Amino acid sequence: MLEITEGSHAVAKAVKMSRPQVIAAYPITPQTHIVETLADMVADCELDAEYITVESEFSALSACLGASAAGSRTYSATTSQGLALMFEVCFNVSGMRLPVVMTIANRALGAPLSIWNDQQDSISLRDCGWLQFYAEDNQEATDLHYIAYKVAENPEVLLPAFVCFDGFILSHTYEPVDMLTQEDVDRFLPPYKPVQKLDADDPISMGMYATPDYYLEFRYEHDQAMKRAKNAISKAGKEFGEMFGRDYSALVEGYRVEDAETAIIAIGSLCGTVKDAIDEMRTAGKKVGLLKIRCFRPFPADEIRDALSHVKRVAVLDKNISVGAKGAVAIEVRDALYGKTMPVLGYVLGLGGRDVRISDIKNIVSLAESGKGDQFYGLRTEVL
Amino acid sequence: MAETCELFDCGHRACGGCGAALVSRLILKATGKDVIVVSATGCMEVFSTPYPETAWKVPWIHSLFENNSAVASGIEAALKKQGRKEKVVAIGGDGSTFDIGMLCLSGAFERGHDFTYICYDNEAYMNTGIQRSGATPYDASTTTSPAGKCSIGNSRPKKDLPQILAAHGAPYVATASIAYPSDVVKKIEKAINTPGPCYVQIHAPCCTGWGFEGEKTLAIGKLAIETGLWVNYEMEDGVVTRVKKVVRKPVETYLKEQKRFRHLFKPKVNAEEIAKIQAIADKNAEKYGTDLKLKSKPDPVVP
Ligand SMILES: Cc1ncc(C[n+]2csc(CCOP(=O)(O)OP(=O)(O)O)c2C)c(N)n1
Ligand code: SF4
Ligand SMILES: [Mg+2]
Repeated sequence: MLEITEGSHAVAKAVKMSRPQVIAAYPITPQTHIVETLADMVADCELDAEYITVESEFSALSACLGASAAGSRTYSATTSQGLALMFEVCFNVSGMRLPVVMTIANRALGAPLSIWNDQQDSISLRDCGWLQFYAEDNQEATDLHYIAYKVAENPEVLLPAFVCFDGFILSHTYEPVDMLTQEDVDRFLPPYKPVQKLDADDPISMGMYATPDYYLEFRYEHDQAMKRAKNAISKAGKEFGEMFGRDYSALVEGYRVEDAETAIIAIGSLCGTVKDAIDEMRTAGKKVGLLKIRCFRPFPADEIRDALSHVKRVAVLDKNISVGAKGAVAIEVRDALYGKTMPVLGYVLGLGGRDVRISDIKNIVSLAESGKGDQFYGLRTEVL
Repeated sequence: MAETCELFDCGHRACGGCGAALVSRLILKATGKDVIVVSATGCMEVFSTPYPETAWKVPWIHSLFENNSAVASGIEAALKKQGRKEKVVAIGGDGSTFDIGMLCLSGAFERGHDFTYICYDNEAYMNTGIQRSGATPYDASTTTSPAGKCSIGNSRPKKDLPQILAAHGAPYVATASIAYPSDVVKKIEKAINTPGPCYVQIHAPCCTGWGFEGEKTLAIGKLAIETGLWVNYEMEDGVVTRVKKVVRKPVETYLKEQKRFRHLFKPKVNAEEIAKIQAIADKNAEKYGTDLKLKSKPDPVVP
């Protein structure tokens, strides 16, 4: 059913229909509306979950870790400073292979303090061993939660997942969203069956310490699980498409890229702006296309190479900066295209909520055509 | 009765004479098998679970140094939702409990989760090589509060964590010592059978960190109580209800047995500092009323 609703509310509804048994979260802008909405749902007995009002994000994810280890489906949501505070726990949850799902309403990291959008928070956690999905719009943001649970809990995978959507740009925007019904969701996402759990009748030890004789193998298996996740994502995305008409089987999604000379790579809500810019440039005769990365972890290197082997140049838009290097997506895309001859040019833009417009995308394509890249885009030189 | 291989299995890797290892054993003796244990990083976690071996024959999880209360919160919530009946016990060393885990601990107690938190208090960060914590006693020399030409060792008295947790509204708070094992078991049993967040702090002498021979662990624990430097008591709903009474000995009898206080005796006796420690013991005795009042006519069985 099509509903015009705020992004955060749409996500909260999707979370509710995913039937988490334990929720632990802490308020932080621009994620707060999600946890407030879930609290309302619990208060009104619309959602039958234990809702733990923790004293910090650090405890939020720690409580999810415990609940998941005890065999319950769990949920949290955060952003920016909250995610940074969770850093240590993030590695622990994934290392123990616990399928926690967490929404990230992407926001910049301080200092300077900023509540506005970029993707520095979740991108900075790219090495923490969680699946990372990014939504272009609120339809995708809601749907990706069902997919995330399904993939995370797949016994072949057993990894936690971030579902990222841009703070304010999506979280606070009203858009029409086709909401599934509870029956739909139940058909797609069966109740969680943990492979292992803390249980007095079958005691196990979790989170033990590993000597150099074992640690490397743990990390290898973690990485193998992440690689297997690709298949699981495709399968779950396809099944979702067959059931509800929206296919998420691809980790990357092309837009007018098949015959493009310039390919733009983007993540998240920026993709909508890029598509509009592409339509205008196409009308003006420029062969430009988009490759949207929906799933950043596992990183779709093969998929990127297959989709872009024909293009003359690649322009990567990064709403993050690995200070002293470049945008993280550009680094990884260049690695994916190693051995190919086309230039891969990175543009760091939109940090801390700086607006990115259609005209900016067109300017970037011009820069790329003249071989200029690996730079910040849109600097106000007058304040430097 | 060979009971060493119980729910806490024999064959762990603690130092011989480790007080904390005895705590692990006593905890599981008290809880039985229907329990889920959450350990914090520290000696106990490390000596009991070198992968792929584990000494825990009950479900056990370790996550981080500072989040055992929060992990326990999540487990408790999950069990509630699933309608399961296992007890939840979080265990932390004094560093984990008094210092870095305070935030999670305070949050979990304020929220009123039904779990028991057990702190085995060996009065320093032992696993990382004997650094001071908020539980390190006044004047103890540790690797981060060393005694030296212008240092008398740890410059602060021990934090009163049981009172802080009682102030959270904890229904049951108790202190105990491995010197009195059956008392430890009784208190843990009481804690796990009291609904709501309960706290038991167990004095667990560490031969390696305090500097005494491993066979003296129980004797040292006993001396701490007999000098009034450690008080065994119970608090119910914030009120002290039971206190272990003693005929007090001077604090030197406890201090001189341990290398961490050696600087108070060598090269010369530091009477001024010892008097300060005696004052701490006196204050404890007064606050908790630990002194056994001797009858005017000496009892023949008391030497
Ligand atoms: C966040 C973090 N900081 C520091 C450490 C290093 N560390 C591990 S155990 C420990 C001390 C543990 O002290 P305590 O809780 O008293 O337990 P004990 O080793 O004395 O039994 C420290 C500092 C860590 N593991 N995590
Ligand atoms: S250092 Fe102390 S606490 Fe740690 S294992 Fe040895 S005796 Fe036990
Ligand atoms: Mg300690």
